[in-house]
Amino acid sequence: MNSNYTDQIKKNLFEYVLRLGDDNLILGHRLSEWCGHGPILEEDIALTNIALDCIGQASAWLKLAGEIEGKGRNEDTLAYFRTEREFKNLQITEYANTDFAYTIVRQFFLDVYFFYLYEVLTRSKDENISAIAEKSLKEVKYHFRHSKEWILRLGDGTEESHNRTQNAINDLYPLTGEMFEIDLVIRSLMKENIIPGITKLKTSWETIVRSIVEEATLTLQEDVVFTAQGSRQGYHSEQLGHILAEMQILPRTYPDAEW
Amino acid sequence: MTKNKKDSWPLWEVFTQPATGEAHQHAGSVHAPDGEIALQNARDAYTRRGEAVSLWVVPSTAIVASSPSDSGPFFDPGNDKAYRHPQFYSVPKGVREF
Repeated sequence: MNSNYTDQIKKNLFEYVLRLGDDNLILGHRLSEWCGHGPILEEDIALTNIALDCIGQASAWLKLAGEIEGKGRNEDTLAYFRTEREFKNLQITEYANTDFAYTIVRQFFLDVYFFYLYEVLTRSKDENISAIAEKSLKEVKYHFRHSKEWILRLGDGTEESHNRTQNAINDLYPLTGEMFEIDLVIRSLMKENIIPGITKLKTSWETIVRSIVEEATLTLQEDVVFTAQGSRQGYHSEQLGHILAEMQILPRTYPDAEW
Repeated sequence: MTKNKKDSWPLWEVFTQPATGEAHQHAGSVHAPDGEIALQNARDAYTRRGEAVSLWVVPSTAIVASSPSDSGPFFDPGNDKAYRHPQFYSVPKGVREF
């Protein structure tokens, strides 16, 4: 931990790392719901592997967040003993699996996001952040390959797979706006070069997403109204409460449980 | 690839190479609609714990197999012909894979 940071920077850094952890924790939990329900055994294994990668990344980020905060909270305390309003994950990560098309579109949007975000964070001045980003980037490259190939096949597949994927894009694209919000927390970390060059994120994301969506004969709405907002301040859809209830019941009922 | 049955994907045989320079070995099989997805499925099922540096997937239908009734004429080693078993020279030191 860099002890040269001021209290204000530490506070913002904790907040930012928490977001990275929560995004991956909630997305990983959602994906894990496919375990045993995949459309085919091989895809069941693929989705579960990706879920495990996300939980692993969440664990690394939340552990770091706990260290930055310095109040004795670890990754488990942060995952299991916070309430809904204290979670800072993007609303798109908590969106219900719905069907395979929604799951893949959600994953695709987030894979491209994390691909570019982690690429930026590998150049962070903070060594802890750049190290976790570098390790995670390797995993995300594979996640992206997986979701991209599925977008192409579902979009350019049967009439039904095309329609279902288009519906998923229409519903999920409006939730992507807040991925690129630059608030005071991010601004202060950019000034310290802890987050370098994040301003191009939106353009890079949209270029690659649009080109793959179009290659898949699908459409990304032109004049979209971005509906989701406030996630980073702890505002969520109804979905998150249900996820937390399931995820947290065991450690909250038996706080000293071990295995 | 055409589908074998209405609701099942074709089968692919998976070969993994444990280290550079070694031979690809048969690891198992996966279902997939095409080669790229077969590679991804094979990666998830057979290489997640560092078992391989390279992967091959081959449509199972492309494999031509000998039939059990061939085993006599095909595989009889001809033990009475010693000259067919080249074991009279030594392998150079330092050769691990042979």
